[in-house]
Amino acid sequence: MAALHSFIPQPPSNALPRLWTFHGGIHVPDEKSLSNAQAIEPAPLPARLVIPLQQHIGAPARVLVQVGDRVLKGQMIAEPSGFISAPVHASSSGRIIAIEPHPIPHPSGLSALCAVIETDGEDVWAELPPPLTDYPQRYPHDIRERIRWAGVVGMGGASFPTSVKLDPGADRPIHTLIINGVECEPYITCDDRLMRERAGHILAGVRIMHHLLGVERVLIGIEDNKPEAIARMRLALAETDLHACTQVVPIPTLYPSGGEKQLIRILTGREVPSGGLPAQLGIVCQNIGTAAAVADAVLEGRPLISRIVTVTGRAIAAPRNLEVRIGTPVSELIAHCGGYLEPPHKLICGGPMMGFALTHLETPITKPTNCVLALTEAESPDPGPALACIRCGRCAEVCPAKLLPQQLYWHARAKDLDRVQDYNLFDCIECGCCAQVCPSHIPLVQYYRYAKTEVWAREQEKRKSEQARARHAARQARLERQEQEKQARLRKQKEAVKSPQ
Amino acid sequence: MKTIISSPHVPRVNRVDRIMLDVLLALVPGMLAMTWFFGWGLLINLVLAVTFAVVAEAAVMLARGRSPLIAIGDLSAVVTAVLFAISVPPMLPWWLTLLGMVFAIVLVKQLYGGMGYNPFNPAMAAYVFLLISYPIAMTTWLAPGMLAEHSFTFMESLRLILDGTLPAGLDWDAISSATPLDEMRGKLDLHLTIDEIRHSPLWGYVGGRGWEWIAFWFLAGGIYLLWRRTITWHIPVSMLLALAICSGIFWSLDPQTHPFPAFHLFSGAAILGAFFIATDPVTACTTRQGQLIFGAIIGITVFAIRTWGGYPDAVAFAVLLMNIAAPTIDYYTQPRVFGHGREHR
Repeated sequence: MAALHSFIPQPPSNALPRLWTFHGGIHVPDEKSLSNAQAIEPAPLPARLVIPLQQHIGAPARVLVQVGDRVLKGQMIAEPSGFISAPVHASSSGRIIAIEPHPIPHPSGLSALCAVIETDGEDVWAELPPPLTDYPQRYPHDIRERIRWAGVVGMGGASFPTSVKLDPGADRPIHTLIINGVECEPYITCDDRLMRERAGHILAGVRIMHHLLGVERVLIGIEDNKPEAIARMRLALAETDLHACTQVVPIPTLYPSGGEKQLIRILTGREVPSGGLPAQLGIVCQNIGTAAAVADAVLEGRPLISRIVTVTGRAIAAPRNLEVRIGTPVSELIAHCGGYLEPPHKLICGGPMMGFALTHLETPITKPTNCVLALTEAESPDPGPALACIRCGRCAEVCPAKLLPQQLYWHARAKDLDRVQDYNLFDCIECGCCAQVCPSHIPLVQYYRYAKTEVWAREQEKRKSEQARARHAARQARLERQEQEKQARLRKQKEAVKSPQ
Repeated sequence: MKTIISSPHVPRVNRVDRIMLDVLLALVPGMLAMTWFFGWGLLINLVLAVTFAVVAEAAVMLARGRSPLIAIGDLSAVVTAVLFAISVPPMLPWWLTLLGMVFAIVLVKQLYGGMGYNPFNPAMAAYVFLLISYPIAMTTWLAPGMLAEHSFTFMESLRLILDGTLPAGLDWDAISSATPLDEMRGKLDLHLTIDEIRHSPLWGYVGGRGWEWIAFWFLAGGIYLLWRRTITWHIPVSMLLALAICSGIFWSLDPQTHPFPAFHLFSGAAILGAFFIATDPVTACTTRQGQLIFGAIIGITVFAIRTWGGYPDAVAFAVLLMNIAAPTIDYYTQPRVFGHGREHR
């Protein structure tokens, strides 16, 4: 086979890689023109910043400040409390006026511990660590420590600590770095603008990641509905020393191509094993915004205290792409974009396919928040009461995980938790394609989320009862042993009494 | 009703009532052809069946304390009624239509939980119920137009259906005629060869005169449904292919005792069944591979019953039989999920 392979003419190394397809996916009106012509501009400094102490996957950060403390911009206010954890920094100077639970952007609408900063308007920087412009000469560990210090997490939504992802371990060689500039969710344009305006900076971050991972090649995937971003990134790439191993790859516009597993499949033809990580395939995937944040941290010594947020939707007077300090309340951004043209039917954090409704206008922007979406009723009409599933199978046709959503729904509804796992519930990425095409307008994703929580709850219950059983067994064994010892003692005493006779 | 605010937040692109409307639209050419060849009877049955079905559906929904408008609005009861009216003889007494529709909607559909929960195709279950209970009425077909001795006016058809009175001077023997499948079967039992059987004015190009054109127009409707992506090709193609292959094998072994494949395809309910009945999503298989198996076994069963069984046609029986098997087939034909097993590159 190998011998045969060598006869096949190899494409020239600068040719674009062959693109693969994944099953299903849908075409949705992308609505990007509402905001993609708006250059990134700084959002105003709010009077109060509400900074959640956990904005990442992993252990929550430990608070370093007290109410009443004066903090400076870029000062660490909470430190990581474990390996998979990330610090949080003040995004402007001012005084800590409270450390209390506050609504955070989370699908549950629950509150979490936040540090509230009353800003002083001076926006004074704390003393920052020196830039590591000579990073190729430094230990990778030091560079990763810098990225960790800066609180960089995945900016594409998952918010996994980046320093951890850039440290896959010696036993797991990484050959391909994939940079995700797909931005397949409708409406969102923050990555598009970032690529158009700061391509060089992104590539500087890519270069650092390339150095840390020691990869052979870098693939930057961008959907072909962003031709300007593709052109800008290519121009910038030609000016760097990365161009020999890096390619900007336009991919066909199809939701959800920007999902990590889908993008890896498109660019390499490989499938991330169920429940596994891309690193198992020798691949690491990072978002465009994360690359820029890495460049900030390493080349400028700046922590992650702001991000680009698209504020859009037809209910917004003037949709914009804003550079927003972490902790800025959503209400400030809406006001800065001219307020509402009409009362929004839905206010959403994230994109329309996977985002969740915001319940509170004072909810702060966090590291993974890429979009604030105010939709009119015409844009996001209520689907009306759900009808019964007619098993038409349209959902299965569009499912990028190749699941059978109709069967999952059937068993989730029946609370048959074994069957939903038989049908691989946990491979569902909650992209929403199934619900979008469902003719019965069933909120399918909601059922899958529900079933997942039920399974988790049951497993926890099982673990608890197993522990209880183990405890009970241990107690029984102990009692039995004590009883035996007691008997033995008694026997001995009796024998001792008998023996002198 | 309170709606859940859950992603996705984009407008939904499909609607059940539009799907059902598409199915009804696709049935129109075939129904027009049937009316052309068999007269007003079909249209009268159609109106009666739809009325009975909708009233039965509304009554059950009211009894269950739910809004009858939603259930009627999804048009599924109308589709059941229309398929039933197409399947039964055009001069079927009205009370049999009533019985069929009550059976289909109340027993087969609603008692199992209504739309989406019925394991059996309601129209076919009603058809089989009546065929077994009232075999004569259910098999008394008229001769198609060009072969008929009498052309029924609208009023004559209405009287025949409503109170069973034939126009003066006519009796059932004069106006009724065997269906092509019946004719073929009866003559083959008399040891006639296919050539001898086909040497009769009843025969057209491939099947019975008139009948083959009805099948052709249902085929046109089926292709419309494929084009609209209301159905996929898997069930119709596998069913018709299996029927064609089975009949082809026996025909090539002995072309004088086994009719050729095109006869099987264009006679009886093969085309209608393949595109409109076996594809009922509620009662069919839902995995692609399962649909291929589902369709193929229907095709094989249809051939077996037509050739060796006790009934001239078998689409209804075959569909009902496979309805029971669908959930099991689905379970064993799940597609390979992303990231599981061997990668397909």
